[in-house]
Amino acid sequence: MNNERKPDSKDELKIVKETLKNWEGDKNMIAMLLSIQDHLGYLPEESMIEVARYLNISETTIYGVATFYNQFRFTPPGKNHIQVCMGTACHVKRGNIVLESWERRLEIKEGEVTEDREFSLERVNCVGCCVLAPVTVINKEVRGQMDPTKVDGILLKYQLGKEAETKRKEESGLRVEESCEESNDGKNS
Amino acid sequence: MMERTVSERFEELKKNALKDFPGMDGKKGATIYVGTATCGRSAGSLEVLSSFEGILKTLNIEARIIKVGCHGHCYAEPMAVVSKPGWPPIMYGYLTPNRAQILIKRFFNEEDPALEWALGAMEENDMIPTVYETPRWSRERRWLLKNCGCIDPEDINHYIAVGGYEGLTYALKMEHGEIIEEIKKAGLRGLGGAGFETWKKWDICRDTPEFPKYLICNADEGDPGAFMDRTILESDPHSIIEGMIIAGYAIGAESGYIYVRKEYPQAVSVLTTAVCQARELGLLGKNILNSKISFDIKINQGAGAFVCGEETALIASIEGKRGVPKPRPPYPANIGLWGKPTLINNVKTLASIPKILAYGAGKVSSLGMEGCMGTAVFALAGKIKNAGLVEIPFGTTLREIIFDIGGGVPPTIKVSNVAGELPKTIKRQFKAVQIGGPSGGCLPESLLDTPVCFDTIADTGAIMGSGGMVVMDEDNCAVETARYFLEFTQKESCGKCTFCRIGTKHMLNILTDITRGAGIMDDLDLLEELAETIKQGSLCNLGKTAPNPVLTTLRYFREEYEIHILDKRCPSLECKDIIAYYILPEKCQRACDACVGSCPTEAIYTRRDRLKAIDQEKCAKCANCMDACPIQYDAIIKISPISQLPESEPRDDDGQKK
Repeated sequence: MNNERKPDSKDELKIVKETLKNWEGDKNMIAMLLSIQDHLGYLPEESMIEVARYLNISETTIYGVATFYNQFRFTPPGKNHIQVCMGTACHVKRGNIVLESWERRLEIKEGEVTEDREFSLERVNCVGCCVLAPVTVINKEVRGQMDPTKVDGILLKYQLGKEAETKRKEESGLRVEESCEESNDGKNS
Repeated sequence: MMERTVSERFEELKKNALKDFPGMDGKKGATIYVGTATCGRSAGSLEVLSSFEGILKTLNIEARIIKVGCHGHCYAEPMAVVSKPGWPPIMYGYLTPNRAQILIKRFFNEEDPALEWALGAMEENDMIPTVYETPRWSRERRWLLKNCGCIDPEDINHYIAVGGYEGLTYALKMEHGEIIEEIKKAGLRGLGGAGFETWKKWDICRDTPEFPKYLICNADEGDPGAFMDRTILESDPHSIIEGMIIAGYAIGAESGYIYVRKEYPQAVSVLTTAVCQARELGLLGKNILNSKISFDIKINQGAGAFVCGEETALIASIEGKRGVPKPRPPYPANIGLWGKPTLINNVKTLASIPKILAYGAGKVSSLGMEGCMGTAVFALAGKIKNAGLVEIPFGTTLREIIFDIGGGVPPTIKVSNVAGELPKTIKRQFKAVQIGGPSGGCLPESLLDTPVCFDTIADTGAIMGSGGMVVMDEDNCAVETARYFLEFTQKESCGKCTFCRIGTKHMLNILTDITRGAGIMDDLDLLEELAETIKQGSLCNLGKTAPNPVLTTLRYFREEYEIHILDKRCPSLECKDIIAYYILPEKCQRACDACVGSCPTEAIYTRRDRLKAIDQEKCAKCANCMDACPIQYDAIIKISPISQLPESEPRDDDGQKK
């Protein structure tokens, strides 16, 4: 895995310590780990050691709990986190094809992060938006009625957005129109 | 003396709440209710909302906008109800930001309610037919979902204004035993799926002489394809809080937990607000409504494990441990959270409590059938026209739910790219309905006349479950569905019991082989044998019910299994490994390139005779080309078994040109 853009581990440790210092709720390990993950996007090894020290229990207990639950990640997610819903409704409406499209386009498997750390892909059980099946959640934004073409369109939009950002140039009118068409049917831009 | 103070305090709250509550009738000025639960948001309701705000400002119209939850009519999202003085409140569906603007302009400036976008009026009137006359609504009995979509879930005053916390005031004047007696009279059974009589659980918990006691609301709706609890959490959170206070009082617990999935961020945020507001008004905390009762609620987020829907695993998870079930007995009602008596009820069960107390047990038991009184909420999804939430009295048949209320299986509609040509609709046949999620089963059309009740559904081999109902049509393969569920339970098995951990893995391997055309006939007997041993050898219901999807499909769709094994063919043309896409040369149009552009893997090439063909090695079997092929040609078909695929033609220009 590419570690180039991995956040500074010293900063991370500081955040973990800060979170634990200001902890007010129950001394519940799961809630603590969730809160740390909300801040960092994942659970670095050091964070689990810190929690173990704080609660005065063994590190393996923490690791055992963290690996039991689906929510916890042990590698930093990409800049754009993509969750593909594989609930029953999504499954009967060809959700697996959508997952495969993401995997093909991003050239990673589910649970992995792209080399440049731009995208990470995850399959989730059900996000409860079964009516819009098949569903993909991109950075907490739900997109319904997905198909391979929409996957391409969304990626194109991100790419265009990134290009525009790096070039700091005004996009040509034509391109704006194109990207709007691709993305408008799902959600705002 | 105390009684008076409770009532007085409540009257005070209610008076205050009514002051601010706009009501649906528009008497307090024009109001627009926009549905902004998760389903609405993902359909674009926030854009519609800002569009409403923008146009009201531009046209200088005075109207209040209220964010409400979800009516359960998710198929028509984004939805809004516009209530304007002089008019009945009208419900609009399928809104877009543009439509929202035009609607306001027409309705408010031109007195034209744009009825072509209306679903119907929300009140009886002389002008506009009501939504209650449409088949989707007329068969429903809204009881649990009554407030959903009608009140702002983030404003406690709305809930109080429509009669909320009234049940609590009654309850506080009653003895513990009287409350439990009332629940018993109502015949309430656990709506989380097991159907255990609620009053019994309460009674056992109350009689356990151990303190403190705990109450847990199980909102860990892990069934893929179910979203009833999510809707209630997001649209009517106070009904759950009120139910919990009453239950807490009845069993003698002073603290409660709501265990809600992390995957429902909107529900968590709405609940947090609701709990804070209830605390501010003295409905939670010490001396609720000036009585001697104290109760408080903590929100506990689940970290994503399906098994945590099981009582003992859920308790372990709240204690901060791995969510691994324990043998029962001892039941949680005797020894539960932190070793103390604990009552665990599902969201819907707890949401029913305030209504039973406010309207009386007789109102509930008048609905439903013998043994199953009251109503059931189902989440309709999959291949169905009017997907969303349905609340029906027990005893309604599956056919009524799927065909009369749900509108049946929608046809595939292919739009033509030729100007003036009408879209082509291809009818789809109903095949099966999957009830009860991974613990349930697939029921064929012949069983659709089964009335809905815990016991009748269990007789079919499925379970009532929490209420997920996913409809499948002829394009869905029964074997693939069974494989999908086994894959799910296999992943979610906590690993404690060997039979569940390894048995499901073996079943999954066998099913995967069958869907790949590599199964043998003996596999079917082996599947049944494994299913039996897993059922016997597992501790909790995850393992005990895991084989259900396989057993029901084997029972009702055995023929499909046999075709997969003997002919290496998938009759529904879904199993990817034994189907192939093929372009019929006699139908393909030389000049058309629609499929070429649609293919994500560039598998479609041009043959020497300029017709198109598919490179089977590159084909990802995504069906994009099938959707892209214009209806006047309709040249792409699926072939199964693969051995029937005609030989491929050589490429044009040695494969240089696509």
